[in-house]
This record gives sequence, C-alpha cells and structure tokens, in this order.
Amino acid sequence: MSTDTEETPPQLYAAREPIFPKRVKGKFRQLKWWLMIVTLGIYYITPWIRWDRGPGLPDQAVLIDMANRRFYFFWIEIWPYEFYFVAGLLIMAGLGLFLFTSALGRVWCGYACPQTIWTDLYILVERWIEGDRNARIRLHRQKWNLHKVRLRFTKWIVWLLIAVATGGAWVFYFADAPTLLVDLVTFKAPFVAYGFIAGLTATTFIFGGFMREQVCTYMCPWPRIQAAMMDEDTMTVVYREWRGEPRGKHRKAEGADKLGDCIDCNACVAVCPMGIDIRDGQQLECITCALCIDACDEMMVKVGKPTGLIAYITANDEPLERAGKPPRNMWKHLLRPRTIMYFTLWGAVGLGLLAALFLRADVQLNITPVRNPVYVTLSDGTIRNTYDIRILNKFQREETFLISVKSLDDDSEFDLELQGIDGHMIVVPADTTYSQRVYLNVSPDEPAATRDRTDVRIWIEAQTNGERASVDTVFNGDAP
Amino acid sequence: MARKPEPKQKNIGTTGHEWDGITELDTPMPRWWLWTFYLTIIWGIIYMILYPAIPLVKGATPGLLGYSSRGAVAEDIAAVSAKNAPLDAKIVSLDLAAIGSDPEVGTYANNGGAAVFRTFCIQCHGSGAEGAVGFPNLLDDDWLWGGDIESIYTTIKHGIRSEDDDDTRLSDMPAFGDDYLSDEEIASVAQYVLSLSGRATDETLVEDGSVVFADNCAACHGDDGKGLREMGAPNLTDSIWLYGGDLATVIETITYSRRGVMPAWSVDNKLSEAQIRQVAVYVHELGGGE
Repeated sequence: MSTDTEETPPQLYAAREPIFPKRVKGKFRQLKWWLMIVTLGIYYITPWIRWDRGPGLPDQAVLIDMANRRFYFFWIEIWPYEFYFVAGLLIMAGLGLFLFTSALGRVWCGYACPQTIWTDLYILVERWIEGDRNARIRLHRQKWNLHKVRLRFTKWIVWLLIAVATGGAWVFYFADAPTLLVDLVTFKAPFVAYGFIAGLTATTFIFGGFMREQVCTYMCPWPRIQAAMMDEDTMTVVYREWRGEPRGKHRKAEGADKLGDCIDCNACVAVCPMGIDIRDGQQLECITCALCIDACDEMMVKVGKPTGLIAYITANDEPLERAGKPPRNMWKHLLRPRTIMYFTLWGAVGLGLLAALFLRADVQLNITPVRNPVYVTLSDGTIRNTYDIRILNKFQREETFLISVKSLDDDSEFDLELQGIDGHMIVVPADTTYSQRVYLNVSPDEPAATRDRTDVRIWIEAQTNGERASVDTVFNGDAP
Repeated sequence: MARKPEPKQKNIGTTGHEWDGITELDTPMPRWWLWTFYLTIIWGIIYMILYPAIPLVKGATPGLLGYSSRGAVAEDIAAVSAKNAPLDAKIVSLDLAAIGSDPEVGTYANNGGAAVFRTFCIQCHGSGAEGAVGFPNLLDDDWLWGGDIESIYTTIKHGIRSEDDDDTRLSDMPAFGDDYLSDEEIASVAQYVLSLSGRATDETLVEDGSVVFADNCAACHGDDGKGLREMGAPNLTDSIWLYGGDLATVIETITYSRRGVMPAWSVDNKLSEAQIRQVAVYVHELGGGE
C-alpha cells in the first residue's frame, strides 16, 4: 500500500479482514483435538446419563430442577439453602483460572474456552467442505456462482445443525432429557425451552461461524483482566527472534550464512486463527493456542534446524537465552509464591466444600416462633405459644418423625400439640420440606407460664434410624 | 516482546498520545459494530412506535400495542382468578367441615382466607388475629357465638348487630344502669361475677350479688355463669375478658352494656361466598377452632 499517511484521513471503521487458518499437525494440535472431544463430549452427553434415585425422584445424573428447586449431581443432591456449594464451586473455578493464567498465560483462551472450542469445530467443518486455506481464499475471492453457493450453503447448514445441537443440549440440563426431546420434536415443550435453544443456536452460529476471533478481541473482558495475573514467570508463546532474525528465504543465496533460523515461510501466520504474526512479538490478540509452534516445528524439521523457534517460554528467560545461557528449569517458573498462593486458596475452598458435603445432615429442623401475638391465653388460663416448624427430610424415602420438647431453664411441663394432627408423629414425604404449626401449651401453675422467657429445645427424631435434629427457641409466658 | 508491534495496515497511524514512549494505535472500529449501533437505533424507533414512550402532559404516548403495566397486572390477576375458579367452585360446593381435610382445596382455602383476613379483618382483630379490647382474640378457645366452622361461617356471613342483614347475630344486654339496678346492686353483682373466676375483692357483697345475678343475668349467662352461645352471652367463669376483667370494667359493662358490631360480609357481596368460606376455614384453623 503506497497511500500517503499524511493525506488520508484515518478510517473510522473497517470491515473484518477474513482469516483462513491452515490445517496444522503437531503435538499441540493433537492435544487440542483431544480437549475438544472431551469437552464437547461432556457437554453433549452428560444430560443423557441416567442415575437411579428411587421412585418419585428424577433418574437424570445431572439435573438442575428449577421447578422443584433441586440440583442433582450423581449421588449429590443440593437444596436451595445449600447454594453455597455452587458459590464455592464458582470461587474454585475463578481461583483455578487465576492459577492457570499466572502459570501458563492465556491457556484457558487457547485450549478450553467454549468460543475457542466451537470456533475450532466450525473451522474443521469449513475445511472439510470448502478445502484448506488456499482453496478457501480462492473461494472467498471468486464471484458467486453455483459452486460457491453450494459450498457456502452446505457449510452453513452443517454449522446450523451443530448450533441447534448446542442449544438443544443446554436445555436438557434443566429437564428430563428423553421426555424433553420427545416434547421438543412434537412441539409440546414449554416456550422457554424453544427460546433458549433459539438464543443459543443464534449465538453459536454467529460467534463460531462469523465473529470468531472478534469475540476475543473486542467483546470478551477476560483477556484484559488476565494481564493482571501474568508476570515475567508466566509461560507465553514467543518467537525467539534472537535466533530467527534476520529472516530470509534464500538459503543458498549469497550471504545466507548471516541469516537467522527463520526461513520466512509464513507457516506460523497461515495457521493462526487470530490472524496475527507471532514474529511481531506479544500481541493482545494472541490466545496462545500454540498452533504456530506446531507449524514452525514442522518446518524446522523439514529444513533440518532445531525445533523451538517459536515456543512456550517466559519473559525472564529471554535475557538468559540472549546471553547464550540455558533457560531456567520449568518448575522454577511454575512454583512461585503467586501460583502457590492461588493453589492453596483453591485447595482450601475445595477441602472446605468437601468437608461440608460429608458433614451435612439428612434431617434438618427450622423453627419460626409466631410472635404476633407472643402468647395466647386460653379460657382455662393455659398459656400457649405458637411455632411454625419446617422439617427437611433429605432421606430419599418417606420418614416419620417424633417431635418432643424440653424446657432448658426449669422443669416446666409443656404440652406439645400439632395443628391438625393427633399425637406427636409427623409423616414427611421423601425428599421434601414439610411445614407444620406447633402449639406449646403450659398450664398456669407451671413456672414457664408466668416467666417472661423460658428457653426450650424442640427435637425431632427419625423413627427408622433414630437420627435427630433439634433447635432451641424461646417460650414467652404471661409475666406479671 | 522486544520488537514493537507494527500496525497491520500502514495507514492507521496513532492517536498522537504518548506515555513513556508507548503510543496508541488509532485502529478503526469494526464495521459490524457500526451496524449494531444502527440496529439499536432502528430497534429504539420501533419500540417507540409500539410501546408507551414519549412523555406528554397527560401521560405518555400509548404506543400501537396498547401496552401498560397496569393492564399487564390486570391480565395477570384475571389469569390467576381464572385458574382459581375451579377451586373456588369446589370450596362453595363442598361441605364446610370437609374443606380443610381436602389437601388441595384446604391449602388453597387457608391461604386465600389468610389473604382475605389481612385485607378485611385485621383492622379490628389485629394482624395476628390476636384481637383487642372489644374485638375478640381469634386464637384462643373462647367463642361468643361458637367456634365450630359452621358458627364461624355464619358469624362472618351475617355479622354481629349488623343493620344491613336481618339474619345477623343479635344479643341485647340491657344497660342495667338505666333504672334496672341501683349502684349498690351493680357493685354486688360485679363482685359475684368476679367470684366466678375466684377473684372477688369484697366477699361480703358476693352473696347479695348472687341474688341479683339469678334475677337479672342468669337468663342469658346461665345459672352457673358459663354463658350461652345461642344468645352470644360470654362465659363469665374463664380467664378471657373481651372488655377487661377488672372490677371497674365489669361495673362499666353492667352499667352501660356493650354493643360490639361486625359487618355482615355477605351483604352487597363485600366478600364472595368462596371468600367467606376461605376466611372461615382460616379462622377455624388459627388454633381455637372446635
């Protein structure tokens, strides 16, 4: 381009420059294929795993049951008040990202981010249908004809099918998957299911097919935040320009002995899904997917030079290498206060959650004293306090509970009465919360009747295995 | 790293800002961003045409869809009412005593009754149904007109001393201070009434008072003072006093009588039949129902 910068006014906006990543082979590409298979496999297959929980309960291994307010994860069942598990897992995910970012840079972006995975899958489809880089560039430049229309439409239809499957898999996490699939196909599923599928289909199709690297460059905040966790010990993808420069193609030409190792074959540029040249140094677009490493290594082997012209190295190894010294041991970079601190925090939250998971009880009792009014005088002078209790039966079976009460302050005898139930047995269906109104009556002769506050303890005892739960509350008397 | 990134398009240039040798590229904004901006403008125009948007003196422009949040609420309420209609019909058709034991209708009646109670009853009976002086506590087991669900239902439906309803509950205790009894007789009968719950302050008057009671009060309150629900006459032997059980208050009650009133809730459809039944179920299950 020979335009004079001084005279051309700056452009306010510009069209996206299309990127045609070339196919590449190598160990990082191999690793990324496996990661794609594993992550997509988990995403698409998980809702279909069955897990028997007994009658009346869902048999889906992973299920977010909004209507009944339960989260099922294999043998674990989370109730809404146990949301701290979810919060804890999110904190662990956050700390895990910090840990990986400080150690390995934008490894999340390059290997595990859904945007990267689905874009990778879409590029794979694109390559199958339209051919590799050069064929795609030709197709892009040629005029529309039947051939181009056919290829483009085939590609878009396959993309769309993947997108629908992606949106579809999402809703299966929120309802019984086989039932919902039948409902979806017979148009009996709730509107919200179709809405979510439509929304996720659109985002998958647009982000994976057309937006691609622009999502990372313009839309995602995470790349900008990551810089705060990286330092000179963080592994990043680096072109060893002190080894590669000056670059040059003509190995046999005069002066070739002065050239560096870079043969200027542009293989690293051709494979880059972000459309950058890694030889320009670290750039904000780079997601460290390491495909340029694979591409360069392949070329280096071909021309008989050592591999690693582009490699994962750290910033503080650069001066060592420039001085001709070997880089420091990788563990020296990985084990440093920052990563150890992130790992310790991550582990502490994890251990805390595990402990909470194994310590949680199968039976829980909550009591809300009815304080309006605090007590009622009955016609024979009996003082009555009313309580609303809730029993959480986390057994996956119906359970009978014996309820009893004891004064903690004196030997007042309380008469416990259940609203609408004779006797002191409460039957609670499997896996439910049961509300019951309880009256504590005390005869006017008892000390608690005339004392302002008497501490009492209310017990429930599961009749099948004797598991107990208790809550302390207060009985208010008619103090003179 | 060591090399300075070079702009891909050489004619981009920089913004001219420089900090410690770091310059800022003047990269053009992506074109799709501009499209998105135009789309939001188009969206905004369509929204302004379809929905209430421009504020004028007397409210905003209505919009083609005629949407209003009040209208949306009214629709929601209508939808809920339509959904509850079969339950209301079932409440009206069921025997009163059977409503509470039906799990679905019972829960609905209780919650509906609680809502009716909070709207229409708490002004006198209190938000916890604990009552006040002159307004009965509905949580205890003492009932002027009966505590079974049929009696509660009748009381709510026809009210007490309601001028609008011929079937209203009516009791008519005379103001004994008006020429019926002398002050001495009233003082002695008050002592007798207190003695029924073992609280007489002047034992010497109790015997005289028992004679006055038998002649004037026993017809309604019973020979033993335990009251008579057909007459709405309260039990005078228990620990519960609607207007207060101290001597001065009892004398005041005998002298001037008490004429508490409650609206007949069925008159003018103040409450629907289903609502009356709901609130009857609710009151019956407050703890004192018989």
